[in-house]
Amino acid sequence: MVVVYALILVAVGTVAFHIFSPWWSTEIASNWGYIDTTIDITFWVTGVVFIAVMLFMAYCVWRYRYKAGRRAAYEPENTKMELWLTGLTTVGVIVMLTPGLFVWNDFVTVPEGAAEFEVMGQQWQWSYRFPGKDGVLGTTDVRKISDENPFGLNPDDPNGKDDVLVEGDELHLPLDQPVKVLLRSIDVLHDFYVPEFRAKMDLVPGQVTYFWFTPIRTGTFDILCFELCGVGHHTMRGKVVIEEESAYKAWLEKQPTFAKSMAKAGTGGGDGLKLVSSGGEAVTAGGESAR
Amino acid sequence: MAYVAPGETSLVPPAEVAEVDLYHAKSWITKYVFSQDAKVIAIQYAFTAIAIGLVALVLSWLMRLQLGFPDTFSIIEPSQYYQFITMHGMIMVIYLLTALFLGGFGNYLIPLMVGARDMVFPFVNMVSYWVYLLAVLVLIASFFVPGGPTGAGWTLYPPQSITAGTPGSEGGIVLMLVSLALFIVGFTMGGLNYVVTVLQARTRGMSLMRMPLTVWGIFIATILALLAFPALFVGAVMMTLDKLLGTSFFMPAMISLGEQLEYDGGNPLLFQHLFWFFGHPEVYIVALPAFGIVSDLISVHARRNIFGYRMMVWALVAIGALSFIVWAHHMYVSGMNPWFGFFFATTTLIIAIPTALKVYNWTLTLWKGNIQLTVPMLFAIGFIVTFLNGGITGLFLGNVVVDVPLSDTMFVVAHFHMVMGVAPLMVIFGAIYHWYPLITGRMYDEALGQIHFWVTFVGAYTIFLPIHYLGFLGVPRRYFEMGDTSFIPESAATLNAFVTVVALIVGFAQLVFFYNMARSYTKGKIAGRNPWKANSLEWQTEEFPPGHGNFGATLPLVYRWPYSYGVPGVAEDYLPQNVPPDEVVTDEGPGASGA
Amino acid sequence: MGFLAHLTEKPWLEGESQGVDTDGGGIFSLPTPQIGLRVFLIVATVLFTLFIVAYTDRMVVADWRPMPEPWLLWVNTALLIASSVALHGAWVGADRGRIDDVRAGLYAAGVFAFAFLAGQILAWQQLVAMGYFAASNPANAFFYLFTALHALHLLGGLVAWGRTTAKVRRGLAPGQVHLSVELCAIYWHFLLVVWLVLFGLLLLT
Ligand code: HEM
Ligand SMILES: [Cu+2]
Ligand SMILES: [Cu+2]
Repeated sequence: MVVVYALILVAVGTVAFHIFSPWWSTEIASNWGYIDTTIDITFWVTGVVFIAVMLFMAYCVWRYRYKAGRRAAYEPENTKMELWLTGLTTVGVIVMLTPGLFVWNDFVTVPEGAAEFEVMGQQWQWSYRFPGKDGVLGTTDVRKISDENPFGLNPDDPNGKDDVLVEGDELHLPLDQPVKVLLRSIDVLHDFYVPEFRAKMDLVPGQVTYFWFTPIRTGTFDILCFELCGVGHHTMRGKVVIEEESAYKAWLEKQPTFAKSMAKAGTGGGDGLKLVSSGGEAVTAGGESAR
Repeated sequence: MAYVAPGETSLVPPAEVAEVDLYHAKSWITKYVFSQDAKVIAIQYAFTAIAIGLVALVLSWLMRLQLGFPDTFSIIEPSQYYQFITMHGMIMVIYLLTALFLGGFGNYLIPLMVGARDMVFPFVNMVSYWVYLLAVLVLIASFFVPGGPTGAGWTLYPPQSITAGTPGSEGGIVLMLVSLALFIVGFTMGGLNYVVTVLQARTRGMSLMRMPLTVWGIFIATILALLAFPALFVGAVMMTLDKLLGTSFFMPAMISLGEQLEYDGGNPLLFQHLFWFFGHPEVYIVALPAFGIVSDLISVHARRNIFGYRMMVWALVAIGALSFIVWAHHMYVSGMNPWFGFFFATTTLIIAIPTALKVYNWTLTLWKGNIQLTVPMLFAIGFIVTFLNGGITGLFLGNVVVDVPLSDTMFVVAHFHMVMGVAPLMVIFGAIYHWYPLITGRMYDEALGQIHFWVTFVGAYTIFLPIHYLGFLGVPRRYFEMGDTSFIPESAATLNAFVTVVALIVGFAQLVFFYNMARSYTKGKIAGRNPWKANSLEWQTEEFPPGHGNFGATLPLVYRWPYSYGVPGVAEDYLPQNVPPDEVVTDEGPGASGA
Repeated sequence: MGFLAHLTEKPWLEGESQGVDTDGGGIFSLPTPQIGLRVFLIVATVLFTLFIVAYTDRMVVADWRPMPEPWLLWVNTALLIASSVALHGAWVGADRGRIDDVRAGLYAAGVFAFAFLAGQILAWQQLVAMGYFAASNPANAFFYLFTALHALHLLGGLVAWGRTTAKVRRGLAPGQVHLSVELCAIYWHFLLVVWLVLFGLLLLT
């Protein structure tokens, strides 16, 4: 009997915990409400199955508990019942998967008119780059990174001159403006995630990844790194401020451009950092690099 | 047609099965240490796996202490925390669960259950264990090299795993990779044995579809492992070269803590694809033996035939095949081409269908049964509950958009602990209790077994259920400490402390299990032959517990499947596989031979 | 007769599942070691295939610089073919019961195989002397990786070859060594095919 009660308790308790626990998704601050909807659909479908199976099991354990001399029914299979169960499960899967795939289609299709900006990850901090007046981000190369040129911008690329560089850990974005986030890492894997936005993506060294979203609520939110990136992983934080267009513009104005920061540093773009071979000996940076 | 027709002459031809060259131990050393007897090898595998598993358990306590009481235990450094996570995960998945299910249960049960005297290549089988032991020793050695073991996470993603910002990126990671390569070599030797023994060494009458589901589960899992481990091997070899020779297979041009490295052009995602091409099947390498074993536990202790045997076999085969085309569901937000998401979400949710059928069939086996709530049965029920819960959360993570907010959160941690941590452990415990009388000839202590079950089951569920909700909230996995955030309420810290306390209780409750096993070995009630009244061959040996060569002078002949429980017309409620039809005791009543 | 055909049997119906494999125990009518070898060859095939997949993935990146194939590799290929042919001869000899053919075939195969390995080492040395280091380009790295892996497999084969040769020297009859010789020959042919595929891949790219 204990088992029967335990099974019922687990079923009821799990549902009760789901309903009453104080821990649940944060209030959403992006357009990805459909993701939350898909989660809800999944909860309904799987919740029904969970309760049904648990209660059925509790019933069986109670109804068919051991009695000396009783015989189990000898019934090797019941094709019809198995086909029904397969069919019903398939329906459940379709109910969950279809909306999921539609939302994913949205997720991977960046809308026209999304503003681009770049998030750059490195152990263990975030920096950001906006395209500047020309609306185009300049090209970059890890080999060009130096103390003067921490973003590794290509000094010969005219598109890069007016790029706005943000090195503090605070990022500002305008309300209601769809943005395409370009993600770049100069060392290991990282992952840019703001729980209130629901959308995340890894930063992969050697390539540029992306995702998009539209902020729908003003406020200041935490940025966390969500891909293990070494001992400082848990310290790799930032803040994103969502504000009205005008406030955002004013903030952006105050940030330095690449040309300005170079002028201040007084060099033409640097020879790169010391190149260290994996064996430890220093080699000069230069010609052999493939890109 | 009758299910069984007692008295009807069998169609099994009476000829003898060719005797194999059976290995005979000549000395104490070759009998108990360098033994080629699969049963001894199984015990060696099991003890080694459990011993290293205990290390992983202790590591989990340390991690839990840090998560539950972040300010109290300043002895734990961030770098140590990441090392603990990594070693805990890797040990649990590979060195405990894989080794225990395949090397332990596989070795013990396959020959006995299919009616063979031993594995087909006993020498190779022995070498398999020693190579595994070497792999474990290399793994342990990595704790003692300068810099300590690797802290790259059990996924070992480059570039991080071999660059300076990660603990153990010099010696630790290399030893880890070497140990994995050794494990794979050792496993392949064992795996050849398991597969070929099942294919070729079944006794007369033991057709494939008369094999217990335990054997089916281990068999399919072994095939998966043989085909999947090479991917990990390839990844490990190439990463070792990147580390030691400076090649750039996975390593792009990058900076490490302010210094340019000489690597160029490598693709970190290639490693992830290789890793998960192994890693996803690995989940099933652990799950399928559990599926098989639990089916037998349920059937025997519910005194009822397994419901839908054929569906159970087909589902195992289908899951095994599908598990090779779902791997990138671990990479939805890895930066791979996002269009892959459509394909992998679809295949992943399709694999849920055969998996769900298995759950249904387990419960339908309980239905109309005559359920004995023995300790193995309790653990089997515990398995169904935790596996059901973990399988359901898998549907969340498989459905690509839902994975976007949840990936790399505590939800993932809770999910895989339920589905491939707790659930398989339930089966392992159930199986150990179930076969304890077979191995030792004695019964375990029932009361202690019950206590062990309740604390473990209730405790584990209490640990991992709430952790899902931290994931919804947005608490990341692999975080040394949360620090200050604007979205995590105070109450989450209380929850973490509570979970830690429960985890410690559950951990210490395992002492009850070890005490029970150790004490019952000498003090337990002598178990009569076939105490569970089971049908499969391992209980029908001449010598009990089964001795050298497993069976008596002749190998058993098999006349039926192992699930003849409650067959109408038969006097007892069970009917072993090897009882000849004309010796079946029927009840004399009308319609006795069942039509 | 296939594996899958068994899967529709209804085992609870007595008398119906007395399929083919009730009388021999096995589904394949081959000696057990033969099956063991075949399963192993499948695993090895997966291994090499995955390396090739990794190769094609890495190849398309801009920094790929194909490396020259020293003429020595052609000689080595010929040696490996010769070794395979010799072992095949030994196998045929064992079939026909001619122990002298077996012995000659085994010896020749061994000599050619060791010559192949020596040739591979020479080729490595030539390449290193020309400045093609593993770390300098992924094409080089893959070349060293492939050749080393193949050589390791061949070394493993040579252990089996050594045991078989020892049996012949101890004077066992052709019938008694037949299986060992056959296994060696099959494995050699497999490694030859692997080598031809890898070498072809290196030539083509
Ligand atoms: C009661 C027993 C266990 C406890 C208390 C426990 C606890 C933990 C904790 C606290 C983490 C770190 C979570 C994080 O912050 O990322 C973790 C990670 C992990 N555990 Fe367990 N665990 C237990 C048993 C198991 C078992 C049986 C398995 C076998 C599948 C397992 C597999 C893993 C894996 C694969 C990881 C991930 C490691 C990584 O992130 O690289 N654990 N566990
Ligand atoms: Cu990080
Ligand atoms: Cu998976």
